[in-house]
Amino acid sequence: MYAWLVNILGFSTVVAPLLLLMVISCSLLLQRQLLEGTIARWMKGTIGVALVAAIGVLVIMLWTKSYREEIDFGNLVTINDVHFHFHLSFIFDRLSVPMVILSLALCFTIGSFGISYLHRDAGFHRFFLFFSMFTVGMVFASLAATIETLFLGWEFVGLSSALLIAYFQDRVSPVANGLRVWIVYRIADAAFLTAAVLLHHQTGEGQFITMLGSEAWPYGVSTLSNGVAFWVGFFLLIAAAGKSGLIPFSGWLPRAMEGPTPSSAVFYGALSVHLGAFLLLRISPIIDQSFPLRCLVIGLGLATAVYAAFTASVQSDVKSSLAFSSLTQVSIIVVEIGFGFQYLALIHLVGHACLRTLQLLRAPTLLRDYKTLENALGDNLSLLTPSWIQWAGPTVQRRLYRAAMERGYLDAILDDCIAKPFIAVFRVFDRLEHAWIRILDGDSKRISEISSSLDTRKTGASANSISKSVEIEVRKDH
Amino acid sequence: MNELRLPWLEFAILIPMLASFITWRTHAADKKRFVSIVASGLTLLVTLAAWIDFESLFTYEAQDHWDGIIAILGRQELLIDQLNAPLLSLTCFLFLLTFLATPRVKYGIYSFSNGLILLAITLAILSTKDQWPLIGLLALQTLPLSWEVRGQGGSTRVFWVHMIVFILMLIGGGWIYQITSSPWWHGVAISLWTIAVFIRSGCFPLHCWISDMLIKASFGTSILFVTPMIGAYAAMRLIVPIAPDWAMRGIAFISLATALYAACMTIVQNDARRFFCFLFLSQSSLVFVGLETSSSIGLAGALCVWMSVALALTGLGLTLRCIESRTGPISLLKYNGLYAAMPNFAGFFLITGLSCIGFPCTLGFIGSELLIDSAIEFSPWVGFIVVASTALNGIGIMRAYFRIFTGIKYESSIPISSMRAERIAILAITILLIGGGLVPQLIVNSRYKAAVEILEHRTK
Repeated sequence: MYAWLVNILGFSTVVAPLLLLMVISCSLLLQRQLLEGTIARWMKGTIGVALVAAIGVLVIMLWTKSYREEIDFGNLVTINDVHFHFHLSFIFDRLSVPMVILSLALCFTIGSFGISYLHRDAGFHRFFLFFSMFTVGMVFASLAATIETLFLGWEFVGLSSALLIAYFQDRVSPVANGLRVWIVYRIADAAFLTAAVLLHHQTGEGQFITMLGSEAWPYGVSTLSNGVAFWVGFFLLIAAAGKSGLIPFSGWLPRAMEGPTPSSAVFYGALSVHLGAFLLLRISPIIDQSFPLRCLVIGLGLATAVYAAFTASVQSDVKSSLAFSSLTQVSIIVVEIGFGFQYLALIHLVGHACLRTLQLLRAPTLLRDYKTLENALGDNLSLLTPSWIQWAGPTVQRRLYRAAMERGYLDAILDDCIAKPFIAVFRVFDRLEHAWIRILDGDSKRISEISSSLDTRKTGASANSISKSVEIEVRKDH
Repeated sequence: MNELRLPWLEFAILIPMLASFITWRTHAADKKRFVSIVASGLTLLVTLAAWIDFESLFTYEAQDHWDGIIAILGRQELLIDQLNAPLLSLTCFLFLLTFLATPRVKYGIYSFSNGLILLAITLAILSTKDQWPLIGLLALQTLPLSWEVRGQGGSTRVFWVHMIVFILMLIGGGWIYQITSSPWWHGVAISLWTIAVFIRSGCFPLHCWISDMLIKASFGTSILFVTPMIGAYAAMRLIVPIAPDWAMRGIAFISLATALYAACMTIVQNDARRFFCFLFLSQSSLVFVGLETSSSIGLAGALCVWMSVALALTGLGLTLRCIESRTGPISLLKYNGLYAAMPNFAGFFLITGLSCIGFPCTLGFIGSELLIDSAIEFSPWVGFIVVASTALNGIGIMRAYFRIFTGIKYESSIPISSMRAERIAILAITILLIGGGLVPQLIVNSRYKAAVEILEHRTK
């Protein structure tokens, strides 16, 4: 009876953020920059419409006691001969509806905050371009009914996050951190893509209903064989670990706080960091099917929780401390998923995201808040040391402190064991190639020298005269 | 065999040849550029007309319609089929955009006349299927680039060392294939052709000439010499129809190694042109990986990747070329911070770069998906290596983006933003990349039909 209304509302939830992305990106590509006020209206209008529509879907679902509604956009690609379909559809169920409402509500809040926070900032338009991309990614990932659609949203979130971290792009540090986060995300993406294609290959299509059973979430039963379930789950666990900063990828989380304060930081405290846990929730029937996989999920969650709790307790800046506190809770959510408490994990996720948003928004005024509290108490706030740590000897305490302060040496281990050897090996190959070209060329000059001398000779000019010619041309053009 | 209604293919080859003569005789650089743009635009229209004409015939392949060629060569050598119909238009489009995006500062380096000759030869190659004309044209195509490097006073030794082996292998393979019908000798001929294709495509370890050429020749000519992926075309025409499975596996194995090796090398490059070179080598090698799977989906995926990589990497190359024309050689060793000075180029760099690695909502996405799907079916390891290569290329692209556009603030006393012609050129590619990503069915249908036909001919 209400199917048409659900379709309209569901369609609006998906399309409205997409419209925002299209408007901002087209204006930038065509060099027709919108006014700040126009962007603000578009942002509030589109995300507001999407949020109201999502709440509308929730109300109708509660009213009609429906547990699952699907909005079908049809096949993006069909090859009938070989039964290949790339299906684009979105699902509203007990997992996706809370997640999409949470995402849109937080994006609306942060967007509104960002409009005044970044007022007259040189990167205002750039910020809202990435912000709209992030929102689209979150909506797509939350509502995805197929693994491919989820991957699409996943990639959008990854790209926008990395670019937002590098928002203050005139400094090296945010850019280097943005690149580092991107590297972790690419590893996660590669794992996700492998799992997605494996699933697609096994089931012939990527729809969750086909592989997780027709029962509504969380009562689905995996239709995959045990072996496939393990490997698919394993790759998705790597993807989730990358996105949610679980061990060994935890190092990126405090680095993500380089983005504009506090708006982009909120993404990593509130939404982006939970996307990995959301993925595990979505595939929970697969985790339930494979006992070794379940053990892996619980083990990884526990290890990360202990690590993050230790690290959070010694951080000297509020954002890093919040980042690792966030990670502790995300890891506990992962453990809950591993034990099969899907509802608990979902409630934990929503509650935690809201709490962290509040904390991160208050982070810049933390000292003032402390002062207010101390004035009210009439005394200094005490620094409590956990009692159990007293049991350990001073040497152990010192070592633990140092390891926690260095964030478990995770970044150093990854750098020393993977990144540096990799770079060193391929730099050697690069040098060998240069040497080989020199031998073939019968020339002792370095290629780069040849290149620079040729470039100067070819143009018959130095960089200055190049610039002058370009200047004349640009002036003519304008 | 069916015939086209008009001699479109002859027109497509003759127009740039004629225009090349005109530009050679013209001294004014502006006029040369104008003639080149008009000629390549006309050629694009003619190739599009040929494609439409061919589609309306509902056939696998059709000959061109002109008795002149038959009178000269004794038979009609030019034909259009499912494989080359879109490639002809794509090639013209890439040349047109390169001519359009050539800034005045490059007029002294870039030879429009050579560019037009290259276009004519490339179109002739793409319209040819028979062994000897194809071998002859492939050999001929090496000349314009060599002339250009010689004209600049650069050394062509590395280029010619490779190209002489390439040509000898092509001729040797053709000769052996013709004189004997023994399967063993046919295997030798296919092996020689395979080595030739490896050299032309820049497969590891025979790829050094591409990085050398990209540095020594003008960027525009280099881009146009490599991005239409003539090596892959030669493989489709010479090797795929007759090669036994072991040869196909060998090609795919070497290509897989190239894809991974070049992807790793992309990350450690300190020069933008060499970065472009390895990115191209890695992504273009994936086209050959599709051959190994021997499935219609895998081959269709490979052909889609071919289109998307050609478009995206031409766009990326043109963006780098435009930046180079303003700042000189781009070093990736340091941060250049060019975003504020040229935000448009930053956007184009990101879009074209991400498209070539198959980022969602771009043309490359569906191609990569099809390719990886069939690769995993063939062997999970093959699929994993393809995914790993793509992930590494993604890291390389973002690293290059950050190094070129961010990190510091580039101070320029003069405006160096993009010009209208450059914007139009790169915007056109961007629209095709994103449009193709949002509505990929058309291109997938075309490539799937081509893949099915290729596999059917191979089975026969």
